[in-house]
Amino acid sequence: MGLTNNSTGIGALEKELKIERMTDDDKVIAIAGNPNVGKSTIFNSLTGLNQHTGNWPGKTVTNAQGKYKFKDRNFILVDIPGTYSLMANSVEEEVARDFICFGNPDATIVVADATLLERNLNLVLQTMEITSNIIVCVNLMDEARRKKIHIDLELLSELLGVPVIGTSARSGKGLDDLMQAVYDVTAKKIVPEPVKIEYDGVIEEAIAVLEPEVKKHLNENLNSRWVALKLLDSDESYFYPWKNI
Amino acid sequence: MNLNILSNDEFLSKFEEAKGILEENGITRDILRDKIVSCIYKIAEKSAKQVVSIENKKYNETDRKIDRILTSKIYGIPVMIALLGVVFWITITGANYPSELIATGLFWIEDRLTDLFNLLEAPKWLHGVMVTGIYRTLAWVVSVMLPPMAIFFPLFTLLEDLGYLPRVAFNLDNFFKKACCHGKQALTMCMGFGCNAAGVIGCRIIDSPRERMIAILTNNFVPCNGRFPTLIAIITMFFAGIVAGPFKSLISALILVAFIVFGVVMTLLVSKILSKTILRGLPSSFTLELPPYRKPQIGRIIVRSIFDRTLFVLGRAVCIAAPAGLIIWVLANVQVNGLNLLTHFANFLDPFAYLIGMDGIILMAFILGFPANEIVIPIIIMSYLSTGSLIEFENLSQLYEVLVSNGWTWLTAVCVMLFTLLHFPCGTTCWTIRKETQSWKWTVLSFLIPTVTGIICCFIVANTARLLGLA
Repeated sequence: MGLTNNSTGIGALEKELKIERMTDDDKVIAIAGNPNVGKSTIFNSLTGLNQHTGNWPGKTVTNAQGKYKFKDRNFILVDIPGTYSLMANSVEEEVARDFICFGNPDATIVVADATLLERNLNLVLQTMEITSNIIVCVNLMDEARRKKIHIDLELLSELLGVPVIGTSARSGKGLDDLMQAVYDVTAKKIVPEPVKIEYDGVIEEAIAVLEPEVKKHLNENLNSRWVALKLLDSDESYFYPWKNI
Repeated sequence: MNLNILSNDEFLSKFEEAKGILEENGITRDILRDKIVSCIYKIAEKSAKQVVSIENKKYNETDRKIDRILTSKIYGIPVMIALLGVVFWITITGANYPSELIATGLFWIEDRLTDLFNLLEAPKWLHGVMVTGIYRTLAWVVSVMLPPMAIFFPLFTLLEDLGYLPRVAFNLDNFFKKACCHGKQALTMCMGFGCNAAGVIGCRIIDSPRERMIAILTNNFVPCNGRFPTLIAIITMFFAGIVAGPFKSLISALILVAFIVFGVVMTLLVSKILSKTILRGLPSSFTLELPPYRKPQIGRIIVRSIFDRTLFVLGRAVCIAAPAGLIIWVLANVQVNGLNLLTHFANFLDPFAYLIGMDGIILMAFILGFPANEIVIPIIIMSYLSTGSLIEFENLSQLYEVLVSNGWTWLTAVCVMLFTLLHFPCGTTCWTIRKETQSWKWTVLSFLIPTVTGIICCFIVANTARLLGLA
């Protein structure tokens, strides 16, 4: 709801994102999504914090974090800048991708706008390539209903191979389901199996050569297939964080 | 991932082999990217088709109709200015009555406090510091600042929640392009209305370093939360009085709109000058999404903007004004060479302040207001009150009398407003700029640019008016 204490004055200054788990069981959850789909609203509702929200794209420019408790477990939620893709074309995209990639979250919620599902799915698919611990949150279901847009969430979940939850974050609807899904994924009660994206024959061939080699050096949370593809695409900003690991 | 992967021979040979396969088939990096993207898009399209069913294909029609007016070439800007005017009009009209009420209430309490001090036979100086010094000033600050903020902030948040800000950026894009800077600067400018420090952080949405720097340097040309109340208070006191009756608040609103538009024009002008001199370059292109209009949640807007913004700004004003009140009281009561320190200080600043249409006290208030702009008005009132012209409080118009009896004219009011709009950023904003630019040079520049602009504008206005014999 507009600027808040946390987002103005001294609070506007960037605090270094340092995630502190209270116990080893605490789970880190990233919230990704296109700009202006309600990530900050979901973040605020879940954590009780007051990040600046507003109906315009590009208002969150840094990662913000907050905590919530669901059942017996603590979750640390990280609100990352909204992006249309994870191709690192801009600073926001780089911040977003780097967090999903190197921030090592236990799960990633990708928020999608129910009224613009097709465009939002692009980011969902791109994120699914990076990590399999994904929960898709189709937000703004109330807006969609108002515009008479129907979405078959079950079918979407089937097609993507990951849990899909419908929410109307502004009125708080569906957030319990979302928290339950996050809980289940992090507790490994649900194991998402994202569909594999098949590329052209030649590209697949090249990936097949490189992937086994990448796998040897990679920690388990990253998808070796995607890393192989990115290495072939080798954008320079991507190589940089590798060197710090 | 292992640190040495990039120098691992086995890995590198496989890497070269894989790259070779792509090259043999004529797949360059650009083509590879294209293929990756188009593949993902195809899957997205296919899946969306399967799961989404749209009953009414024209579901966007209303939004488009509204956009055709709000972002039209002819009506876009007039509608924008009119909206701004309506917001200010509601603020000023609505603020009048509660202001009176709060003032009456708070000054009734002051009388009771005085009774209490008399009853306890407290020393006179204690009553001076606590009641006529600190309490009285705080009472003025609260009754002048609270009502306009409590109305203005929710209204502004409402526009933001509806999705109007990107339309503003869209309307202004052409102007910003002409000023050789980034269209998204309109968005960071809008954030500046809330808080300049937040606006400066918001400049990160601008990718080009040159344009981001321009946006940071010029963000302070729009008045933030802390400065709006000063503008509104002065306008209500000095200009709304010219016309009586129902047009009173309309005139005030128009004057305020004129000042904001002037601030925007200065933003564009300074941006243009910067991009022709020290930050030369061409504007870069970008895409701007016009989000759908969304039904705002009125209740939550009101609660949040009152708790988060209004009380926050007011709290800051009160917290800083109270100790400042003490210091000023001491300054006003310590005599050196027959004059108190405050007068010495004000006299020292007076000649220069006169040149830019103000007086030493006002300039001192601006300087002392560096930590937070909210306290400029409180300091001015406090200083005047402490130097003798004590007035019993009955209603708000007496604040006007305090100012007039200290030599304020309409010209003083105009110059104070101009200088409020155009002067150095507050301490927090400067610190944020230092953090964002990682450079003291740019920070100093961001301090100097608005200050010098302000001094020049005030100088021209003050001396032109004096030459023409208008004041």
